[in-house]
Amino acid sequence: MMDDLANSLATDLDRAFPSVVEEMGTRLFWGLRRICGDHQEAEDLTQEAFIRAYRALGSYEPERIRALNLQPWLWTIAMNLGRNHLRDRSRRPVYVDSEVEATETDPEPVDAVAWDQRLSSLSKHQRTAVVLRHVVGMGPAEIAEITGRPEGTVKADVHRGLAKLRNELEREA
Amino acid sequence: MSIERQLESLGRDDLPSGLSEGVALGTGLAHGYDFYESAIGRVAVTFSPDGVSSVDIADGFESRFTERYGRRLIRAEAPRDWSRYIPRAIELGTPGELPVDLGTVTDFQERVLRTTATIPKGEVRPYGWVAREVHRPQAVRAVGSAVARNPIPLIIPCHRVVRTDGHIGNYSLGGPHNKVELLEHEGASPDWLEDLASRRVRVQANMATRVFCHPTCHVIRSAPAELIVDFRSPSDAGAAGHHPCQECRPGL
Repeated sequence: MMDDLANSLATDLDRAFPSVVEEMGTRLFWGLRRICGDHQEAEDLTQEAFIRAYRALGSYEPERIRALNLQPWLWTIAMNLGRNHLRDRSRRPVYVDSEVEATETDPEPVDAVAWDQRLSSLSKHQRTAVVLRHVVGMGPAEIAEITGRPEGTVKADVHRGLAKLRNELEREA
Repeated sequence: MSIERQLESLGRDDLPSGLSEGVALGTGLAHGYDFYESAIGRVAVTFSPDGVSSVDIADGFESRFTERYGRRLIRAEAPRDWSRYIPRAIELGTPGELPVDLGTVTDFQERVLRTTATIPKGEVRPYGWVAREVHRPQAVRAVGSAVARNPIPLIIPCHRVVRTDGHIGNYSLGGPHNKVELLEHEGASPDWLEDLASRRVRVQANMATRVFCHPTCHVIRSAPAELIVDFRSPSDAGAAGHHPCQECRPGL
């Protein structure tokens, strides 16, 4: 699936790019949402990551695009966007939603709110590793690539993060 | 349910509304549009992240835009960095600090349009002047078609470029009557321009300063009427011992 996408991006970037957003946007957004804990920030980060990805792809040779492993590549871009990315917002046209009320994202189920609380008790590295491993569903090697941390450290982060979450759950019970 | 399964269920399959539109606008794959008032009525202004990309009569602009530029359109607000410059740019007929996206035109057309943007409000210049200013004096026809295809009329004031014989000529934004309307609005009397053209007056000189100008140039317009003399060509004015104005550069 991803290979197909990389291929069509290499052939016709402008035509294929919207399907990249379609295919990869949901996982990227919800992953970022659980990592940063803030809906608006996750939305801005997702949007900015795609915009930067598009610009980068525009400067790549087709061969380089075909060879890309799209998901970790996109995640690397997103993770490298610091908080200062927000200044770019004023340079972008702003979508005017004609039916704001009707199309707003469904409210979070109560237990997701509780999970945001629990996740916020983890360290930044643990939270990132746990979300990428178990919410997004990546392997430790991929997470290591994205976060720039050794694979062993990533595994330890996931392990300790889960242990802490179990403690939280027990404490609540 | 195991902790891993619970975490898995935190990844959902819906994308927040507006996110794909935001990406399309931010990449320029779609252009945003908004409506503004102008001297000739309501206009649609489209923009990419790089600047304003087109201005058109509001009525029916969407199909004309997609046909000409092949880009999607999304209702949006212009980027906050420069949205406040748009009404002023429309009123003054010059981009000023407003960035313009001329990505759809050739380098030559861009030079023509950037030169056109320097013509002051209330003044007009013939196509031949633009051709000279872009250092292609023979390319008057090419200048004419570049001006006719100006994607950003009103803001790049192609209504200030007139025929070489001085007649007001055609206008792409809704027809010649809008060109007349705009010039009138700016204080460049269309009747007076047509009168000069029919008398074949191309330049006017100030007897005191011995400087000759395009008739609408603010330099000659500030001279006392009794000192102004008409000429049918810059070379006639030159032969009579007058020098071309440094401001409007009527040529020789």
